[in-house]
Amino acid sequence: MSAMHDMSTPAPLPTTIIDPWWQRASRHPLVWPLVTLALILAVNASLNHGLWHLEWRNGHLYGSLVDIVNRAAPLAIVALGLTLVIATRGIDISVGAVVAISGAVAALMIGGDLKIVDGQAVHISHWPLGVALLAALVAAAACGAWNGLLVARAGLQPIIATLIMMLAGRGAAQLLTGGQIITIYYPPYFVIGNGFFLGVPVAALIALAVWLLMTLLLERSALGLFIQAIGINPRAARVAGVRSRTITICVYAFCGLCAGIAGLIVSSNVKSADGNNAGVLMELDAILAVTVGGTLLTGGRFTLAGTVIGALIIQTLTSTIYAIGVPPEINLVVKAVVVFVVMLLQSAEFRRQVRALAIRPAAGGPR
Amino acid sequence: MLNAAGIAKRFGAVTVLEDVGLHLRAGEVHALMGQNGAGKSTLIKVLTGVIAPDAGTLTLDGRPIAPHGPLDSQRLGISTVYQEVNLCPNLTVAENIFAGRFPRRGWAGLKAIDGPRMVADAHALLARLHLDIDPTRVLGTLPVAVQQLVAIARALSVDAKVLILDEPTSSLDDSEVDSLFAVLRGLRAGGLAILFVTHFLDQVYAISDRITVLRNGRFVGEWTTGDLPAPALVAAMVGRDVALASAAPADAAAAQAMAAANAPPRLSLRGFGAERRLHPLDLDLHAGEIVGVAGLLGSGRTELARLMFGLDSADSGTLQVQGRTVRFTHPAQAIQLGLAFCPEERKADGIVGELSVRENIVLALQARAGLWPCIRPARQRELAQRYIALLGIRAADSDMPIALLSGGNQQKALLARWLATAPDVLILDEPTRGIDVAAKQELMNEVMRLAREGMAVLFISSEIDEVLRISDRIVVMRDRRKSGELARGASEAEVMALICEPAAA
Repeated sequence: MSAMHDMSTPAPLPTTIIDPWWQRASRHPLVWPLVTLALILAVNASLNHGLWHLEWRNGHLYGSLVDIVNRAAPLAIVALGLTLVIATRGIDISVGAVVAISGAVAALMIGGDLKIVDGQAVHISHWPLGVALLAALVAAAACGAWNGLLVARAGLQPIIATLIMMLAGRGAAQLLTGGQIITIYYPPYFVIGNGFFLGVPVAALIALAVWLLMTLLLERSALGLFIQAIGINPRAARVAGVRSRTITICVYAFCGLCAGIAGLIVSSNVKSADGNNAGVLMELDAILAVTVGGTLLTGGRFTLAGTVIGALIIQTLTSTIYAIGVPPEINLVVKAVVVFVVMLLQSAEFRRQVRALAIRPAAGGPR
Repeated sequence: MLNAAGIAKRFGAVTVLEDVGLHLRAGEVHALMGQNGAGKSTLIKVLTGVIAPDAGTLTLDGRPIAPHGPLDSQRLGISTVYQEVNLCPNLTVAENIFAGRFPRRGWAGLKAIDGPRMVADAHALLARLHLDIDPTRVLGTLPVAVQQLVAIARALSVDAKVLILDEPTSSLDDSEVDSLFAVLRGLRAGGLAILFVTHFLDQVYAISDRITVLRNGRFVGEWTTGDLPAPALVAAMVGRDVALASAAPADAAAAQAMAAANAPPRLSLRGFGAERRLHPLDLDLHAGEIVGVAGLLGSGRTELARLMFGLDSADSGTLQVQGRTVRFTHPAQAIQLGLAFCPEERKADGIVGELSVRENIVLALQARAGLWPCIRPARQRELAQRYIALLGIRAADSDMPIALLSGGNQQKALLARWLATAPDVLILDEPTRGIDVAAKQELMNEVMRLAREGMAVLFISSEIDEVLRISDRIVVMRDRRKSGELARGASEAEVMALICEPAAA
């Protein structure tokens, strides 16, 4: 019984040791995406000396950076919607097809005729612009809601459910456009993808608005908590009374809506709707943007800011590849290599292994 | 045989182990005891190479070792069965036993898994555990208790020198524990060193030769079992004297329960059941009353709770809450009416591992409130702090992921999740499973306090003495039906009789 001498003295509480600030900072989820973006921008700048050049021309902001942000806008919007889906442990690979559907619906409903009224040439849309935009967005959200129903109600695996929509949606877009490229002749519509407001591209402003609205919604409501709970442990979320099915359906519908907004921007930007090619492979860029931004595909914790940075990374990369004159045929290979390196850098496991390799010889560890 | 000395480990800001030693000898069963968060699980992870210690040495047969992972330590002869079943439910029993080292046949380049041999070997291993199941069955279709035994069979299938059992009995009933102990005695006689972690004191005295106690991550002492009577062991674990099996019902509480029995019930079941899950039964729950549910594993206890809470849907009878007949299709409806349910499977149905303790505690309250209004972070922190203090949850702060807490503290956090909703009816399914003696007593005191304040509690447990101690009435389940109901003061023998024998028609 001799070992019981210290019975009366209470054991000390665990000691708290606070790591230095740089170690804490290196664990912040946004650090690696930001470092990546800075690196790619630096590479671009070293080859393209005009990168940082911004100028004010005709009341608009011009420059390579503005161009990158503007082009990243539709991708960012799609990826933001997808972030929530991925947080629920799902995936949506139909977003590219929904982009095409939204553009096709808008193009069909607007069309655009040139008429002479009172001796002036006027462009007239078939339907009022507002109705056309609303119809396009409703169609897109409906596609998303259908995905959500298949996942939450029918219990299909998300990749299968959205694969169906990827095929069906692409087919529907092609049917709508008759396999042709529908040209839009209605200048007010072009504002979405080409316009400027207060000198800033409208598309970028739309992306910013979507981001801010989502942040506000997730901050002010419990949606973020519920989505994470569903993504991490759906059974526990159900026991705790979270309406997982309803939330899942809404999240997929919202993802569709985001793809719809992006579809409007894309079709407005090129002043036409192409059922065959609009949004092709966009789902893959969006998944890349989400993961490069630091949200895990396994669901749970997510970051909207990371996704926006991710979209900027992907677009900067694409622009850089064009700017430095990489031949088009090796374009995708270069992109793949860069993404590969980025993902390795972001893997905590990989970093740990590299560190172990660097430390082992010095410390003379085991083996 | 296996020696650990000066082991220290720190996770982030929390020191979990400091200068801990452990000495396992061949041919002995060594019990490792300690409260929740004392560092038992961490020490085991160090021994098995799952985590590397920050300081200290391990020696096996006098040679220093530094296992790099579970496989490595297994090669060295250290085999482990973890607290929660860690197998693949979608594989067969035999595949689970041999996963990673399947018996092979064929030539060098073309080695296929030798299916028949694997099944035969598995059968032989299971026979050593007196377990008669078909090795080709898919593991997930078997009860948890059997899965636990399969995990032990897996640990035995390698030639181990040291066998580590981390709470192997927490999901076993008495006869299964007895057969496990018979196996352990055989293995001990064969010269194996066995490390046995449990919260059941009687099991420690039934099987162990030597006891090591940890407290707050520190080594308290090592004794031979004969030198350490139960009160001294508990005192060593908690660092203070606790009266075991105290908390006799106050007369006032009994009187209140009597008065409550005359009022209309909070919750009432009539002919309530579901095909293949639960035979129709009647049950009343009054305000201020604790109704214990006793019965073996698979007797329908958990099924009853799940049906009442709307996790499964009942297909016969009625469920009345406060006199209103309701039909639940989703737990959210039950929560809305003031029900709360702490499920048995903490990891699968309870915790949301990557979320913080704070978020886990507010989850049910927020779910009941809906998306809006959102409980502000400051209010969340305040709620979490209150329950951390009230229930004595050991957490560095309320923002740490709940997965980093020890099992018993997770259980308390889940209780906090439901208490935060201020329920009228609290259903607890095995709330004391896998938590230590002192925490059990605290939890039961808390439950009794809640009942005194007017909560109706359904207390499900496979530990009969617990049920006897806490309940105002006891419902006994057998073969998915209610086999009887006993008033307070019933003896263990009466409960056992109802558990074992068919109810009189």
